[in-house]
Amino acid sequence: MSEIKIPTMADMAANGTTPEILFWVGCAGSFDDRYKNVTKAFIKILNKVGVSFAVLGPEETCTGDPARRAGNEFLFQMQAISNIQVMNGYNVKKVVTACPHCFNTIKNEYPALGGNYEVIHHSTFLQQLINDGKVSLKGGGEFKGKKITYHDSCYLGRANNIYEAPREVLEALDAELVEMKRCKTKGFCCGAGGAQMFKDAEQGKKEVNIERTEEALQTGADTIAVACPFCMTMMSDGVKNKEKEASVKVKDLAELIAEAENL
Amino acid sequence: MAYLQQILFVLTLAIAVYILTRRIKTIKGNIQLGKDLDLSNQPSQRFRNMLLVAFGQQKMFKKVIPAFLHLLIYVGFLVINIEVLEFILDGILGTHRLFAPYLGGFYNLLMNVFECLAIGVLVSCVAFLVRRNVLPIERFKSAEMTSWPKLDANLILVIEIILMVAILTMNASDQILQGRDAHYTTTGPLIFSGLLVPIFEPMSTSSLIIVERFAWWFHIVGILAFAVYVTYSKHLHIFMAFPNTYYSSLKPKGEMNNMDSVTNEVHIMLGIQADQSAPPAEVGRFGAKDVNDLSWLNIMNAYACTECGRCTAECPANQTGKKLSPRKIMMDTRDRAEEVGNSLAKGGKGLEDGKSLLGDYITQEEINACTSCNACVEACPVNINPLEIILELRRYVAMEESGSPASWNSMFQNIETSFAPWKFAPTDRFNWSQELKEESNS
Repeated sequence: MSEIKIPTMADMAANGTTPEILFWVGCAGSFDDRYKNVTKAFIKILNKVGVSFAVLGPEETCTGDPARRAGNEFLFQMQAISNIQVMNGYNVKKVVTACPHCFNTIKNEYPALGGNYEVIHHSTFLQQLINDGKVSLKGGGEFKGKKITYHDSCYLGRANNIYEAPREVLEALDAELVEMKRCKTKGFCCGAGGAQMFKDAEQGKKEVNIERTEEALQTGADTIAVACPFCMTMMSDGVKNKEKEASVKVKDLAELIAEAENL
Repeated sequence: MAYLQQILFVLTLAIAVYILTRRIKTIKGNIQLGKDLDLSNQPSQRFRNMLLVAFGQQKMFKKVIPAFLHLLIYVGFLVINIEVLEFILDGILGTHRLFAPYLGGFYNLLMNVFECLAIGVLVSCVAFLVRRNVLPIERFKSAEMTSWPKLDANLILVIEIILMVAILTMNASDQILQGRDAHYTTTGPLIFSGLLVPIFEPMSTSSLIIVERFAWWFHIVGILAFAVYVTYSKHLHIFMAFPNTYYSSLKPKGEMNNMDSVTNEVHIMLGIQADQSAPPAEVGRFGAKDVNDLSWLNIMNAYACTECGRCTAECPANQTGKKLSPRKIMMDTRDRAEEVGNSLAKGGKGLEDGKSLLGDYITQEEINACTSCNACVEACPVNINPLEIILELRRYVAMEESGSPASWNSMFQNIETSFAPWKFAPTDRFNWSQELKEESNS
């Protein structure tokens, strides 16, 4: 395989070029050991299809989403305005990200602060690649006959009405897509949104992610597909808690596509 | 005798209109305790939402059986109110079935339609009483469903049943009187009240007139009294659903409102030239501690809530046993707005009574449990947004009290110092690229 390319915006600017898209990696995609694998899978796909892209690399910082949801509007706006300055400085037009929280914030909340970009979540981006025939999924074989269930991320689904793109990506894998009882508009949260990721749950009878994992396991799927770093953590923890990690995998859409493409 | 009835009726109507006008004024005042918010944009889209969601009951149909039963009551309410118009005109003019001679055969059809709907309402109300009190439906038994909300719900159903029985009794006695007294205009046979005719047939004409008059008065006074009761009840949704859906958000559910007052300060802190032409934003309280910190739309939401609990039934925090219930957030908001409004009306302390929405009604434990998943917003049949209130309360706790949970404060600190919510060195942010290059070379 040819050398993998991960250009930064700074490199490109130095060469006087502008990429077509900025891949916004996000904090989980940069630091979280599990989610770094998703970032890597997505980079491999970008390399394979030959899209002109770049990342911000060390210049990227938190979008401010968890701060805003936890009530700290000052901190959110500090982050947002700084990020917008950087992105506008590079004349960014189009942003793709694998994190629904980053996606929601940059797409819906940055415009009020002067950041206007076309923002696409990687599920929609992957769906477009498949529709355009840029990802052919010739391999496909390893998913035949396997059952996959898709866990809706709240920030993709209800927050932004993206229900079909991730499902179309999974259907392209030639696997059997099985739905949980609560899906799409009624999808049950993994428990991590609204900055819950960064604190212990309040007193209750059960953890939200356990409730959701039980529902996912009931489908009999061997893969729980997710499209969000927080959902990834919560569902993986849930599967471990149920001692099913040997038989049930939690995977991001990008990882599944990369696997099917033998990348 | 006839004049006496007319005078009595006009008086009753005047009293009802007076009380209703006062109640509407009070509620309007309570809603206006909230902060100003300009929602005059996109009127055609807003009108469409109102038509689909309120008038067309679109979101009710996520649960088919209750939606169907509710539809019967709703259509019954809308259509039977046409008859109330005739009642009122008859009452003022001393006439009886004023419209009948003009409409002829169509009047008979109309009356039969009304009767079918009355039966539909009756059956639905009985079914709802059973659902509420007998069937094991969790959302009718949650913690916030204390004695008054439960009684209110049952009262509404029972009153509606009684009103429908009054209509049918009136029609039954009326049909017999049509053959005995020229004052009673012929309506033609009526299906359901016709079945009750044998019960009243043996009665003398004078007793029948008493039964008919009693049922007529009971029905119209009942409706007027119910209209007043509705303004104190969760049943107010029958009116508030319309403005509430009209003014509901047109933005993606994931978008939080930007605090412009903060933007100005952040611009100054970052040394960015602030927009000089803009007047300095009024820096009041950050976030919401009490109802006056919320927008009028938040308070209108609370008045539109009929406490069905679909929000709570979908809430992941509530369903896993946490204290948060989106329905309670709305009930608390309405209760607090009422409390403040009532106090101000009596010349009392109003907002300065030492109490507040956050603390005395809604606790931090409740708002801290929210995952901002928007399930409550999605579930609400009349587009109420409990999440916005929760997030405004969180803003107050974080920015005015620095009272967020300790782990959130650490998260804030991490973002400030490491530019990520976790404590990683910012210089390590791009390490994954090196890892990937090494992995793909090996």
